Amino acid sequence: MAHGPAKGIKRWLFTTNHKDIGTLYLWFSFAMFLVGGLFAMIIRAELFQPGMQLVTPEFFNQMTTMHGLVMVFGAIMPAFVGLANWMIPLMIGAPDMALPRMNNLSFWILPFAFLILVATLFMEGGGPNFGWTFYAPLSTTYAPDSVNYFIFAIHLMGASSIMGAINIIATVLNMRAPGMTLMKMPLFVWTWLITAFLLLAVMPVLAGAVTMMLMDINFGTSFFDAAGGGDPVLFQHIFWFFGHPEVYIIILPAFGVISAIIPTFSRKPLFGYSSMVYATAAIAFLSFIVWAHHMFTVGMPLAGELYFMYATMLIAVPTGVKVFNWITTMFRGAISFETPMLFAIAFVILFTIGGFTGLMLAIAPSDIQYHDSYFVVAHFHYVMVAGAVFSGTAAVYYWLPKWCGRMYNETMGKLHFWIAFIGFNIAFFPQHFLGLAGMPRRYADYALQFADWNMVSSIGAFIYGAAQILFLYNVIATIVAGKPVKEAKVWEGAEGLEWTVPTPAPYHTFATPPAVK
Amino acid sequence: MIAKDEQPRARLLLSLLTLAASVPALADWRETLNMPVGVTEVSREIHALHMTIFWICVAIGVVVFSVMIYSLIAHRKSRGHQAAHFHESTAVEIAWTVVPALILIAMAVPATKAMIKLYDTSDADLDVLVTGYQWKWQYEYLGHGVSFMSELATPESQIYGAEEKSEHYLQEVNNPLVIPVGAKVRFLLTAKDVIHAWWVPAFGVKKDAIPGFVNETWARVEVPGTYRGECAELCGRGHAFMPIVVKAVPQAEFDQWLAAKKREAEELKALTAKTFTMEELMARGEEVYNRSCAACHQVNGEGIPGIFPPMKGSTIATGPLSGHLDIVVNGKPGTAMQAFGQQLSEVDLAAVITYERNAFGNDTGDVVQPLDVYNFKQGQ
Ligand code: HEC
Ligand code: HEM
Ligand SMILES: [Cu+2]
Ligand SMILES: [Cu+2]
Repeated sequence: MAHGPAKGIKRWLFTTNHKDIGTLYLWFSFAMFLVGGLFAMIIRAELFQPGMQLVTPEFFNQMTTMHGLVMVFGAIMPAFVGLANWMIPLMIGAPDMALPRMNNLSFWILPFAFLILVATLFMEGGGPNFGWTFYAPLSTTYAPDSVNYFIFAIHLMGASSIMGAINIIATVLNMRAPGMTLMKMPLFVWTWLITAFLLLAVMPVLAGAVTMMLMDINFGTSFFDAAGGGDPVLFQHIFWFFGHPEVYIIILPAFGVISAIIPTFSRKPLFGYSSMVYATAAIAFLSFIVWAHHMFTVGMPLAGELYFMYATMLIAVPTGVKVFNWITTMFRGAISFETPMLFAIAFVILFTIGGFTGLMLAIAPSDIQYHDSYFVVAHFHYVMVAGAVFSGTAAVYYWLPKWCGRMYNETMGKLHFWIAFIGFNIAFFPQHFLGLAGMPRRYADYALQFADWNMVSSIGAFIYGAAQILFLYNVIATIVAGKPVKEAKVWEGAEGLEWTVPTPAPYHTFATPPAVK
Repeated sequence: MIAKDEQPRARLLLSLLTLAASVPALADWRETLNMPVGVTEVSREIHALHMTIFWICVAIGVVVFSVMIYSLIAHRKSRGHQAAHFHESTAVEIAWTVVPALILIAMAVPATKAMIKLYDTSDADLDVLVTGYQWKWQYEYLGHGVSFMSELATPESQIYGAEEKSEHYLQEVNNPLVIPVGAKVRFLLTAKDVIHAWWVPAFGVKKDAIPGFVNETWARVEVPGTYRGECAELCGRGHAFMPIVVKAVPQAEFDQWLAAKKREAEELKALTAKTFTMEELMARGEEVYNRSCAACHQVNGEGIPGIFPPMKGSTIATGPLSGHLDIVVNGKPGTAMQAFGQQLSEVDLAAVITYERNAFGNDTGDVVQPLDVYNFKQGQ
């Protein structure tokens, strides 16, 4: 067995090393974040003023669709799989992932999937233009021809996610160091274990949905076509049966990251560890039985509306428990404000705001007004950007010194944080107002009373976008020329096995399992 | 309202000024922050629920964030605060599971009541069938023989900035829906192509219009006025361009209006027997084309490559008349090309077909009379 990495490009193409694959995932995710971000900038530039200035409505629709797809499947999900690859073996004292070759495959599928997806933009008739939720029949009968490539790309992403999930489950269940009982695992490992089960459960459902689309489009079936005895609403049920768990697939690993960072910089153990684990499990379970809260206006029977309203309200309870636990962890700690902690604190505040709007959306009669308006757009950006993306950013600052043995520049980190935090809020807080005042989402152009807040929102979006350039610069500057760190425990208050290996983490770690007290 | 069409820099300045809450603008500005109250009982209940849950969230937020901010200030390492070491408390954890659950149950009660009311579509005084098309609405007064299309009235020149935007930019239509004040109006919603959603915020009404299915909702409007809404479900390139305008008028005025509409429909029918000149048909046809066809086939007749075929030089528009009649009257199932047979009158169909056969350099010289269309429809 080789003791160091192979040389050149082969190292990356053929690697089975969890750290290399983690790195690949993270860079891929960041690249997709920039691509998806570019699409967002186009959207916000068009919406800067009323009237159509820069793009056509059909291209605008392709941008909203591709932005959503690239961010969800290309940026956020791979970012957390990357973190899982890097950190889970280090956290449970395993030498690598359980299935290293499959690990390589599950990564290398992704660039091809996204190449295909983005290539659709250049095809005749344009790329997918039916929203990231691709409701039939807009995505079937009325779709551009490129929809077949879109379906193929979704299949590839699904295959990649399923392999990643299997790998994580196998690793966590089989490769823990002796003494690392389940209830001693760091929360990041717990949340990922549960997320992996969610992935296994719902990615096949998504695959089923796109396959049914494929059949409707090419082979004369009518799953979603009323004229042939099908039902367009069936599509939405299937999609959201995948889609709601999907939002928790996105946020649970983020919870794990935050549950690692807050104790470190509060210098105090996580409050309510076991209730955190149970809350995660409860959220995961509930996430399967609330899907139709995305469909309060489709004309479900009254009983259905009421049931999905109650179930959705319920999910706020375990989510609340998490927030209370984080805050109590900070309470009476000895808090310091390094960049990862700043992002974690912002996460707690902004995710909570997103949770509040979630609770508002859960009230079905009110959702009649909120639904498909900018209020929903604000909600999910608070939970997905200020939630998942902020936590991913926090994770990078937190573990980067361990990964590359160099410290990032704290001033630059803080600058990045403040620009991102302010930009994010200027971009997305006014969207609550827009939605409440009656602006529907996915609009290429809008009435004049929405002009002011749209302009403010666009300005915020540009600021937030610019902050990412700073982030990229920070990370590269750290890797290339950051101040070297030698201590195994980079952060004073950090706990866990990952801080017992040397810094930078050697290519192979835990060849012999560590002792866990 | 603030003027809307200055240069970006000036507009930026304006919004910053508004942000700074300049006093005269304050009233306007506040209107853009929250959900308006609305003019139906249902919309008021929705608004009340919205404010209740909002204040509940604010209250929880104040408590939670106060504790957090207190810790962030008082328990800083830089102040020399020493970390405590507690890490669980069953009592506290049970409390903050149970208390939110109780609050939610309290919230569920009024929400349930409102939902039941929202769903009570029984005993309507008037039924209106609302049909969504790419990208317009059709309103049919069931049992009254009145039906018309309602399309965006904002001209392209305003959208593309060649002309100043008018006050109701993108929220104006050629034929608004008219309903009587005080009557319970039931809306039956469906669509002919993709899913649309009919949203009038002031009524507290939003319901999907789904092809092949009929949804129901209702409104009893209490205040006469003009209410504007939007399509709320992504339905293609014209999604932002199919607004809803509803005029709520006193019952007597409504009855007059309905009677006039009925007469109009009969007059239009009478035109079917009339013979038109080429010029008349071309003029009317251009109007119909720009209103009903240009969204896809484009004003210049060149279509959009790969999505919407051109009319210019089209084999159908320059080929045998029956093929042209067929695709316009019956549409082409499974494509965006709708059946216009039920949307347009015989006169308009004849005019638009004549127009397509002679505009854009097609120059077939064919003239199609309303009677030809009528006979074609009968012959099917
Ligand atoms: C929502 C978009 C849309 C609108 C509005 C629309 N069309 Fe079409 N039209 C299409 C599409 C798509 C096709 C191609 C159908 C196919 O696949 O053959 C088409 C095809 C046609 C054709 C046949 C062209 C050819 O060469 O194949 C004619 C003629 C036509 N439309 C006339 C009209 C008229 C007249 C109107 C207005 C009254 C109209 N269309 C409005 C989308 C539209
Ligand atoms: C307190 C917990 C939450 C509740 C009660 C909640 C509730 C809701 C409801 C009811 C909707 C549908 C709104 C509508 O379309 O009318 C919605 C939309 C959405 N939520 Fe949440 N949510 C919660 C947390 C989250 C989290 C954690 C995420 C992801 C990280 C998330 C992501 C989304 C997304 C992406 C949508 C919009 C999907 C779309 O239509 O494109 N939500 N939420
Ligand atoms: Cu959901
Ligand atoms: Cu629409």
